[in-house]
Amino acid sequence: MVGLIVNRLLQLVLLLFGISFLVFMSMHLAPGDPATIIGGPTATESDLAAIRAELGLNDPVLIQYFDYIRGVVQGDLGYSFQNNQSVSEAIAIRFPQTLNLAIASMVVAILIGVPAGIISAIKQNSWFDVSSTTIALAGISIPNFWLGAMLILIFSVQLQWLPVGGLNAPFWTMEGMKQLILPAITLGTASAAMIARMSRSAMLEVIRADYIRTAKAKGVKRNAVVWIHALRNAMIPVITVIGLNFGFLLGGTIITEQVFAINGVGRLMIDAIAARDFPVVQGTVLLVATLFVVVNLLVDIIYAFIDPRISYD
Amino acid sequence: MAGSSNLARQQVVTQKKQSKKEKIAVKTMKRLVKNKLALFGLIIIFVQIILAVFAPLFAPYDPIKQDLTNAELGIGAEGHWLGTDNYGRDVWSRLVFGARISLLVGIGSVSLGLIGGITLGLISGYFKKLDGIIMRLVDLLFAFPGILLAMLIIAMLGTSLVNVVIAISIWSIPTCARIVRGSVLSIKKQEYIMAMKSLGASNFRILVKHILPNCTAPIIVFATMRMATAILSTAALSFLGLGAQPPTAEWGAMIAAGQVYMFTSPHLTIVPGIAIMLVVFAFNVVGDGLRDALDPNMDLDY
Repeated sequence: MVGLIVNRLLQLVLLLFGISFLVFMSMHLAPGDPATIIGGPTATESDLAAIRAELGLNDPVLIQYFDYIRGVVQGDLGYSFQNNQSVSEAIAIRFPQTLNLAIASMVVAILIGVPAGIISAIKQNSWFDVSSTTIALAGISIPNFWLGAMLILIFSVQLQWLPVGGLNAPFWTMEGMKQLILPAITLGTASAAMIARMSRSAMLEVIRADYIRTAKAKGVKRNAVVWIHALRNAMIPVITVIGLNFGFLLGGTIITEQVFAINGVGRLMIDAIAARDFPVVQGTVLLVATLFVVVNLLVDIIYAFIDPRISYD
Repeated sequence: MAGSSNLARQQVVTQKKQSKKEKIAVKTMKRLVKNKLALFGLIIIFVQIILAVFAPLFAPYDPIKQDLTNAELGIGAEGHWLGTDNYGRDVWSRLVFGARISLLVGIGSVSLGLIGGITLGLISGYFKKLDGIIMRLVDLLFAFPGILLAMLIIAMLGTSLVNVVIAISIWSIPTCARIVRGSVLSIKKQEYIMAMKSLGASNFRILVKHILPNCTAPIIVFATMRMATAILSTAALSFLGLGAQPPTAEWGAMIAAGQVYMFTSPHLTIVPGIAIMLVVFAFNVVGDGLRDALDPNMDLDY
C-alpha cells in the first residue's frame, strides 16, 4: 500500500509539471504581446521594452517557465494584467465560494443519485425504475446554465422564496443556506444523474452475484441482503464516479457562478479569458486542474483501500 | 477467359461483403428502432437536420434583422408564434438558424476530434514504442476537468465560434484515443492480423483496412454521445460569451441575452433551453440505444 501511494505521488508530481507546462505554453503561444496589454495604447517603444524586461519576457521560454514554477511553489502566481492585483490573492478571496458551491452540489448529487440508483436496481423495470432512468438521462441532457435560469424564474421571480443570486453569507446561516440551494441543485443535477446511472448498473451486477443468492438461500432478510451484503460491493465503482464527479463539479462551478452571480474562481476565469488577462487565466486553470488530479489520486487510493482485490502492480 | 472468371468471382466476393455489411447495419437499425426512447431521439435528430438544412424555408424572418416596433412580443403573437426578443427579432427564426449552427458546430468538432483521436488511438495501440508517450499525453489532457480544457484553448485562440469548434475537438481527442486504443489492443492479437502480417501486408494496410473497420462500433457510439456533449458545450461557451458573438442566432447566446429580460419576457430564456435539451437528449438516447444495439456487452461508461 505504501508503495502504491509513493508511486502515485511521483506520478502526480510529473503530471503537475505536465499540466503547468501545457498551461504556461498555451498562454505563451497565445497571440498578443503582454507588454502592449499592460502598457496600454499610449505606451512608447521604450516603455514596452521596460515592461518586457521587468516581466522577463526576453528570457528563453524554458527559463520563463521555471521562473513561473519557482513562483508557484512559493504561492506567487504573478500579477493581473488588468489591475496589477496579485493572482494568488484574487484566487484566495474567491476560492471559498467556489469550494462551498462544489461541496454543496456534491452533497445534493449523492443524496439524490445513490438512493435513486439503488432503488431503481432493486425494483428493476418498475415504474420507479423507468421514470428515474429517464429523468437521469434528461438530467444529463439539461444545460445547467438553463436549469439555473429556470430555477431562478420559478423560485426567485415567481414564488420569491429564494434570492436571485449572490453567495456571501456563510453556509451555516439561514441566509447562506438560502443562497446555496438553487446553485447547488443547478450544479448537482447532472452529477446526480451520472451517480444514479452508475449506482443502478453496479447494484444490478452485484445483485445477480452468487454470494447474494447464497445469502438469500441462508435466509438472510431481504433488506439486510440489499443494504449490507450488496451495497458494500456495489459502492466501489460508485465511489469512483463520485470522485471523478467532484472534479467535474469544480469545472462546472465556472458556469453556475456566472448564472447566479457568485463571485468565485470561475467568474474570475471567465472575465480573464474575455480580457485576455493571461496570468489570471493561467493561475485559475492551474488551480482547478491541480485540484482535479489531486482528488482523482485520493479516489484511486481510497479505491485500493476499500477493495482489497485491486492491486496496481 | 480465366481473367474474366476471376473478375466475376471478385465481384461476387465484394457483393457478399457489402451485403454482410448492410445486414449488420439493417440489424442494428431494427434493434435501435425497437427502443422507443432511441426512436424518439432519432425523430428529433431528423427534425433538427431538416430544419438546419432548409433553415431559410422554415424561418419566416431574417434571424438577425431588428424590428424595434415589435420588440418583446409574447408567445402566440400574430405573425411570431414564439414571440420576439428585445430587438424585435423573431424567436422561431432564430431558433431555426440556431439549429443549423448547433448541428454544424457539433459535426465539425466531433469529426475533427475523431480524426485526431482515431489516429492517435490506432498508432498508440499498434506501435508499442509510441504507446507510452502518446498515452502520457492523453493522460495530461485528461487532467483538465470537463469544459476547462476547451476554455484554456479558447483563452489561447480568442473567443469565436470557429475556435469553439477547435477547442471542443481537441477536448474530444483523449477519450476517443483511449477507446480506439483499447479496441486495437484486443484486435491486434487475433490470428487474422498475424496472418496478414506473415503475408507481408504493410502496417498501414493492416491498420486501415483490417483493424480500423473492426473498431467502428465503439467509434460510432462515441461519436453520437460526443455530439450531445459538443452541442451542450457550444451552448455553454456561447452563454458565457466565449463562443458565438451577437447578433449570431446561437441557442446558448440567446439564453444569455434573454436572461436580462427574464422578468418581462421569460420565453426568451425558456424556448432556446428546451431546444438545446431536446437535441442533447436525442443524441444521448440514440447513443445509448446504439450501444445496446451494436453490442450489449460493450462498456463505454466514461
